[in-house]
Order: sequence, then C-alpha cells, then structure tokens
Amino acid sequence: MYVYDEYDQKMVDERVAQYRDQTNRYLSGELPADEFLHLRLRNGLYIQRLAPMLRIAVPYGMLSSRQLRKIAHITRQYDRGFCHFTTRQNIQLNWPVLEQVPDILEELASVQMHTIQTSGNCIRNTTSDQFAAVAPDEIEDPRPWAELIRQWSTFHPEFNWLPRKFKIAVTGARRDRAAIQVHDIGIRLFEKSGQTRFEILAGGGLGRTPVIGTVIREELEPHHLLTYLEAILRVYNRYGRRDNKYKARIKILVRAMTPEVFAEKVEAEWQTLKDGSGMLSEVEIDRVKKHFTEPDYEHLDDHVPEVDDLISDSSGFGAWVKQNVKPHKKPGYCIVTLALKNTAVAPGDVTDEQLEIIADLADKYSFGEVRVTHEQNVTLADVPKKALHDLWSELATASLASPNLGLLTDIICCPGGDYCSLANAKSIPVAEAIQRQFDDLGYLHDLGEMDVNISGCMNACGHHHVGNIGILGVDKKGSEFYQVSIGGSGYEDAALAKILGPSFAQDDVPTVIQTLIDVYLNNRQEDEKFIDTYRRIGIDPYKQAVYANE
Amino acid sequence: MNKIIKDGELVTPEYEIFESGEAKGSIVPLETFLALTDKSNTGVWIDAHEEVETIAAFVQDIPVVALNFPVFADGRAYSSANILRRVCGYTGEIRAMGDVRIDQLEQMSRCGFNAYALAHGQDAEKAMGVLIQGFSYSYQATVSQPALFALRA
Repeated sequence: MYVYDEYDQKMVDERVAQYRDQTNRYLSGELPADEFLHLRLRNGLYIQRLAPMLRIAVPYGMLSSRQLRKIAHITRQYDRGFCHFTTRQNIQLNWPVLEQVPDILEELASVQMHTIQTSGNCIRNTTSDQFAAVAPDEIEDPRPWAELIRQWSTFHPEFNWLPRKFKIAVTGARRDRAAIQVHDIGIRLFEKSGQTRFEILAGGGLGRTPVIGTVIREELEPHHLLTYLEAILRVYNRYGRRDNKYKARIKILVRAMTPEVFAEKVEAEWQTLKDGSGMLSEVEIDRVKKHFTEPDYEHLDDHVPEVDDLISDSSGFGAWVKQNVKPHKKPGYCIVTLALKNTAVAPGDVTDEQLEIIADLADKYSFGEVRVTHEQNVTLADVPKKALHDLWSELATASLASPNLGLLTDIICCPGGDYCSLANAKSIPVAEAIQRQFDDLGYLHDLGEMDVNISGCMNACGHHHVGNIGILGVDKKGSEFYQVSIGGSGYEDAALAKILGPSFAQDDVPTVIQTLIDVYLNNRQEDEKFIDTYRRIGIDPYKQAVYANE
Repeated sequence: MNKIIKDGELVTPEYEIFESGEAKGSIVPLETFLALTDKSNTGVWIDAHEEVETIAAFVQDIPVVALNFPVFADGRAYSSANILRRVCGYTGEIRAMGDVRIDQLEQMSRCGFNAYALAHGQDAEKAMGVLIQGFSYSYQATVSQPALFALRA
C-alpha cells in the first residue's frame, strides 16, 4: 500500500498544527462559531446529536495492521472502545471530545492517517474496489490512480469551497464493486491495445435526488487524468448552484446543462490546461505504482484436500467459506471478508479488541493489510487457502465469523437517529429487527445474495436507492416511518430502486420485508437472484402483496 | 482609510472601491467598467457570479481586479482568480474583497490572489502570519507553484 514520504508526512503534520491553532482560537472565542464550523467540517468533525463525531479517512479502504492498532488505541483512549466502518470506506468515532481532537489527529499522523476533507463541501475520500489487485475479474489495479487522485484533491486550494460535497470512485474490474455510477465522478479503467485508458462518468449520486451518472468522456489517456478532473471541478465550482443546498450537487448541474453541454464545457476548459504543469509525468505514475506491487506470494496449489474436506461439510466453517470467501487471482489464495453484521450489533461497528484481533490476523494470514468495504465489512485480501480453517476458528472466537456476507442480513446501514443529527428516523434498530426476523441461516442461503440498505434520512448514507430492498426513514407528523423501495443496484447494472408506496411503522418493517421475500420465492425461476426476479416480473406483484389488506 | 494586505505587507490601497464621484482612479463594478470608453487607470470588481473572461481583452491595462466573496463559503472567486492568471494572463493586482477571512488567505494566494481587503473584525497581523506560514508544499500544480510530483522527480 502507499507509504508516505517526507513530503506527505510534513503536509499532514502541518495540518495537525493548523487545526490545533484553529481549535484553540475557537475555544478562546477568537474564531466565531460559524467560521469554525466550516473549518472543523473540512477536518471531519461534526457536532452530532449526543457528541461530536470524527470521521477518519481511509483512502480507498486500505489499512495496515499498524494503523488498525492505532485506531484501537484511539477508541480506547479518546472514545468508548468502539468505532464504525462507513459506507465510504472510512472510520467514524462516535464520542470524541472536541478539545482532544488535535491530539487524536497527532496520533493518526504518527501512522500516516488523517481526517482531512472527510466532510464539508470539498473533495472527499476517493473510494475504490475492496478487491483491488486480487480479484480475478480485474483489468488493472485502480489504487495507484486513486492515490494520485487523493494527493491531487488534498488541500486543493481552488476546490475547498465547492457548492456541495464531492465524491470520486474508481474501479478497474468488470464487476463494479465501487458503485462508480452513483458518484459525482466515476472512473472506470479499461485497456486499449495494452494501454491504460479511463472512462469518465459525471453527475451520478444518491441523496435527495438520486441520479445514475453519465459518461462524459469515453476515453482518456492516463497522463491527462488530473487535468481532466480539474476541468470538471472548475466547471462545477463556477456554475453549480449555491442558492439551494438540495440542488447544489454536480448531478443537478449536469442535468440542467444536459450531459452533452456539460461535457463540452469541460472539454473547452480542459483544452486550456491539459498540457500544462498539472499533466502527470511517467515518473510520477511509476513512483506511485511502485507502492502497489504484489506481495510475496508463495507458489501454492488451489487443491488443498484437508481444507476441501472441511468445506464440503455443511458445518459452520463450510457455510462461512461458501459465503464469505471469494476466489483470488493467485492459485492457492482466497479473498476473505469479515461480515460485521452480527445481530444486535450496529452494522459496521467493531470494538477496540476486535480491531486488534483483525490486525493480528492480517499480520498472520494476509501480509499485514486489510480493506474496508463500502458494505461496511472488512476484507483480508490475500489468505492462503490452506490457512482458511485456522483463520475461521480465530475469527469465530472473536465474533467475527458471521457467515452472512452478501445475504439479506448483511445490511448496509447508516448510524441513523441513534447518533446522527441529520436523521429523521433510527436505522440501527430496524436493521436489528430484520436480522431477528431472518435468523435461519439455511433459509438465508437459499434466498441467495441480496442487498438490503437502510438510510435514516434523505441524505442516503445507507445508499437505500441502490439496495435490492431500500429502506428510508421519514418523519411523518413527528413519528418515525419507513419508506420501502425495491429493485436498486449499485453495481455495473446500476439502477435506482422504486418506491413501493406509503410508508410503514417501524414494527411493520420486518413483515413487509418477509412479504417481499415471499413474492420472490413464489416467482423465482431456478436459481434466479432476488434482483433478477424483480426485473422479470416488475414491481406490481410486490405492491399487491404488501398492500393487500388496505 | 482601511488598509489592505498586498504582496505580504499592510498598505494603504492605491485604488479603492468606487462609491461616488470620479470613476477613474477607483475600482468600479464590472458593468460600469465594460461601459467605460476610457478604461485607463481604472480598476474593476467582479462579483462571484460574474465571468472574468469578460475583461480578458483589457487585462493588459487594468491596475487592479477585485474579486468579491459574498460569503466566505462561496468558492467561485478562487476559480475566477485562476482563470485571470492562467488563461487571461493577467499580471496585475488581484484583490480579495467581501467576506475575506484569514484562514482562507493561503488558498486564495495559491489561486492567484496577491492582495486582501479583510472582512471587518479580521486580525491583519495574524493574517500576514497565515500567509507566511502556510503549507510547505502543494500537491497540485497551481498558478503559483508546480505540483509536488515535479519536486519529487
């Protein structure tokens, strides 16, 4: 993974000092609250319902075991012994103290981490594929490009006060695990005559007005990546709406201008700068790529009889392998994902002890690295197949072997009304009620892969628009209600879910989900997935079943 | 007369925002400026929603272009400054006016501003400190600095 050089380290250290000064000036009354708000937001610090919340950047989801241990230490020292993995591959602390944030930043800087631009109307953490460099379907490792974008966007002086927040995602595989079509900018790597090329999408996004992004450039050469992004951002910074924050994202601008006109504007701007000093050099591309070379893989065999025997057994281990272990590009290796979705634990939450165990297991089995996934899980990307059973045993002891990856109970869920001051409704208890309703693992495996996504408000941090089943908390005359939608996808077949109809009381949500599942099971052909049945039969049978008694 | 920071020093501005009387020798709104037949010795101020390209033909003779920040969180003037320097080739004074706060001066400076009329209540001494300290490097190529990758090479 990328390792800071003296320059990167100095920039982060200088930011810690700058933020410490800003905090001190705020506490002494020198810096007015309205101004400090914007400054702290650009440093990931929100003031939430019960306490501040601090969002720590995890660039494209990559973490080392050393960093995990530092996070564990921080949660113990400065928080309440747990943290939360977010839907943008970041980490959140729920109970930090405003006065101690500069000290937390200093701790983070000591392991090459920071909270820069994890909130505020600026360019946020660049996200990517959690299976980067290990997935068999990959065309090219997206991480060097994501790192180049990270550096370019960090402290960009011109784009720190955009109309609204701005999110970029990069994928280099056939399967889009980075949800690039629902980002402000989506970048897809492909190959042309042995050369790297980018396809650039703009104007996607979730939130209040969900939109699937449009391709605005079909083919871009690598050394032009940053200047082209600069052109997009400049057009957005100049012409994006600032009169209404709900209409301020780039998707509204692209739609208002039409994608064709927007692309022309970007092209015209780009022509003024494409060959200038922002053009990437081969030397820089090579320098960054060298940070993402292959680990020292052993020559291993895919056939490991003693493990295969255990897998064929339908024991806990077999069920876990079936669901949580994916094929790796190297023979004898596997991609293992820990589903952080145990019933009665908020989705994506881990304790300090679990963080340390994950760090130890990463060192022992996966070259000391992990990846955070946008599904709020954690991936060990390079596990030798022969070590699978040992790993599973250790995970099970730490309550980290939940065998439900990708299944109905692997719910994507924002912190919701329990923590977030933006939320209209709670989301964590809804996730738990669904997990309790569907507690039969055999049944869940039979249902197969499906995404259930819950957001506590229109801001859509739980990405409910792209859930096969999406649940949105709404405020109805002061009470918490839940709107249910169906048919969304965040992958390469991206689609926005359609709203079923009137919303439901919290207690009714599990029954509604059960009804949707029953319609699926009654209509399923062979091993059709939930989303495929929906696409074949349409929304009406689901509507009729759910509202049958009204 | 309120002082401004220009090229790192606290100075009495040579040109001030036009209020009444003679336009020549002051800084006039864009619309007024474009209507002047004799534009010599006259500055122009451009609001955040106005396009700096409209003065591209005159930049050789303009002594000062002031870019307005209606509120400090409105970032459009940063792009205006960039275009003035990089595309229009303007080399004169670019002054930040309006809601100009000291914690943003470094960003302004890296986009091409070299003068700052601070918002009411901002500490000019502190402001000059902010401008001098700043970050040691710039990841991006800006109008004032090469990208860090050029330094690394």
